[in-house]
Amino acid sequence: MEFIEMRDICKTYVMGDMTVPVLKSVSLTIARGELVTLMGSSGSGKSTLMNILGCLDRPTSGECWLDGQEVAQLSGDQRALVRNHKLGFVFQSFNLLPRTSALENVAMPLSYTAEGLSEREARQRAADMLNRFGLADRLHHEPSQLSGGQQQRVAIARALINRPPLLFADEPTGNLDSKTSEEVLRMFEQLNAEDGITIIMVTHDPNVAQHAKRVIHINDGVIVDNAFTVPPAAVAGGGT
Amino acid sequence: MRIHTTARTALRALARNPMRAMLTTLGIVIGIGAVIAMMEIGAGSSVALQKTIASMGANVLVIRPGTASSGGVSFGAGSTTTLSPLDSAAILQECPAVRNATPMVRARTQVVYGNRNWVPTYIYGTTPAFLDVQDWPTLSEGEPFTERDVLNATKVCLLGRTLVRELFGDESPIGKEIRLKNVAFKVVGVLGAKGANMMGLDQDDIVLAPWTTIKYRVTGSSLSSGNQSASNSSTSESVNTLSNLYPGSQPGLYPARSAVQAADNPMPVRFANIDQILAAAHDAADVQPAIEQITTLLRERHRMRPGEPDDFNIRDMTEMTKALSSTTTLMTNLLLAVAMISLVVGGVGIMNIMLVSVTERTREIGLRMAVGARGGDILRQFLVEAVVLCLVGGTMGILLGHGGSQLVRIFMHWPVATSPTAIAAAVLVSATVGIVFGFYPAWKAARLDPIEALRYE
Ligand SMILES: Nc1ncnc2c1ncn2[C@@H]1O[C@H](COP(=O)(O)OP(=O)(O)OP(=O)(O)O)[C@@H](O)[C@H]1O
Ligand SMILES: [Mg+2]
Repeated sequence: MEFIEMRDICKTYVMGDMTVPVLKSVSLTIARGELVTLMGSSGSGKSTLMNILGCLDRPTSGECWLDGQEVAQLSGDQRALVRNHKLGFVFQSFNLLPRTSALENVAMPLSYTAEGLSEREARQRAADMLNRFGLADRLHHEPSQLSGGQQQRVAIARALINRPPLLFADEPTGNLDSKTSEEVLRMFEQLNAEDGITIIMVTHDPNVAQHAKRVIHINDGVIVDNAFTVPPAAVAGGGT
Repeated sequence: MRIHTTARTALRALARNPMRAMLTTLGIVIGIGAVIAMMEIGAGSSVALQKTIASMGANVLVIRPGTASSGGVSFGAGSTTTLSPLDSAAILQECPAVRNATPMVRARTQVVYGNRNWVPTYIYGTTPAFLDVQDWPTLSEGEPFTERDVLNATKVCLLGRTLVRELFGDESPIGKEIRLKNVAFKVVGVLGAKGANMMGLDQDDIVLAPWTTIKYRVTGSSLSSGNQSASNSSTSESVNTLSNLYPGSQPGLYPARSAVQAADNPMPVRFANIDQILAAAHDAADVQPAIEQITTLLRERHRMRPGEPDDFNIRDMTEMTKALSSTTTLMTNLLLAVAMISLVVGGVGIMNIMLVSVTERTREIGLRMAVGARGGDILRQFLVEAVVLCLVGGTMGILLGHGGSQLVRIFMHWPVATSPTAIAAAVLVSATVGIVFGFYPAWKAARLDPIEALRYE
């Protein structure tokens, strides 16, 4: 079985007496170590698909397997555990805690981890992570004292603090200028190539999509194109 | 998520908005402060009350002239003058339940020694039996005055500790002369310390002298207005001029009489009236019989017809202590109730701000959920935040209340007692308020849907 497998995923919102089908029987497999972008027009259901994959939302029907585990049927607490251990999220609007230092922002997910690092270990690990993203001299800056690119790097560091095998990014460069976007994307490529982290990225921007080895086009809740820009053989690492 | 990590997170969240946290917790601060102050002052007064009951002897009866009320109209104790020292003597002789009895007259004036002066709380004219009736501890210095001093209206006195300290400092007052309304009294003894009574008045702030001396030499007013006959008869007898040593002394002053005069011609005490009689029963069981015996005796002595209301009233201390302690408990309970209301108001304030905080931090909640916080973690975080808020408020309230009661002790001289139970209760109550009023907002936060929370603007 592949790292990620979606089978006939449907998602329908019910609004009053109207039903809004957002995902219409989506099936998809993604191998370990891929860097995939999800593209499509606004309202096509990209975020919805990503939220289901990211265990934030439940599909109306269908199966969703993640690392050998069926996640669509899990309870809320079990899905929280999966998110904590296996998934990292990067958002368009950074979502850092205001008036909280970069270090504490990055260390925050560790407090929900069962292994229970001591406060000092947690801070050390967060500092190492920030160091890796070139923010060693910004540990005690609050989000309001950081540039957009720096904030997004803090957010990436936070997403990776629990060393997840899978990273989701919903329009991670949407709020950044082209130069900073380029920096962040290069960082993703590096994480994908060097650490073997599987990355799923939602974007509108064809330039951004060029960084991916595979682009999934989604239109009105249906996958229309699933092509590899690079032949699958070239995909590093692979399966379980 | 371990509890101390949660507590730290809560403190950080509160520190992001310290002013709001302070204002939110104000209700709790005031509530707990009031509870602590009330408990300490209440505990202090009940401790003082118990001490007082012990110190004044629960078996003492106070007999005052005048009916307590007549046809629904109260004249107030002492509004008529019907008791005489002979009544006191008769009570002692004829009531078997009475151990001892003493007449008393009161005065209020300045006491002068050298260039110092002081207005004591009590100036009592009485007999030596007073010390026995009141269970006064043994004299710390000197000797009490005698029955003979009473008969002769000798100008001698006993001083309480407080008065000695105020007038004499470290000096020994024995043999010195103090002046009351320009009458010189020789100090013959110093009373042992007794402490505050149940009204919080200092019982050591006292002058005791023979009642005759106080009545005829010091309180000139009752001399002329209250007892004309005694005044006249005595004045006509006065021959010596010992008391005229001090110029400017009051016109109606009595000269001291020689021992011979006194023996030949006892003071016309029959006509004298006194302010009250103190009688001590043998023990608590004798209090009721004593009251009955005294009532019968005095009615007989005052030649009262059956059906006529008593022209005196008898009060025993047990009733008074009961009344007093019930008043203090009532007051304490009332104020506690007010404090409790303020705690509830404070709790509602906490709930309100926590709800605002949950709404404001919806995105934070969504984010925390996205990185793996479970509903329980979020619930605990906000609950701990509310509890921390309340505990901080409670701690400040404890300090405030304790400080307040100390101020009351220092500036108003009320007895207070630090009560560890009250402090433990305050901590418990504030934590409970935090849990009760923090639960709903925390529960709301925990039930948020992560996606909707993340999308919240
Ligand atoms: N909670 C909801 N209730 C009802 N409809 C919803 C809800 N969430 C999303 N939708 C609908 O689902 C559709 C897909 O939304 P989604 O957020 O997945 O789009 P998207 O592809 O991410 O768009 P964008 O590129 O603008 O972010 C939209 O038409 C939206 O109106
Ligand atoms: Mg979207």
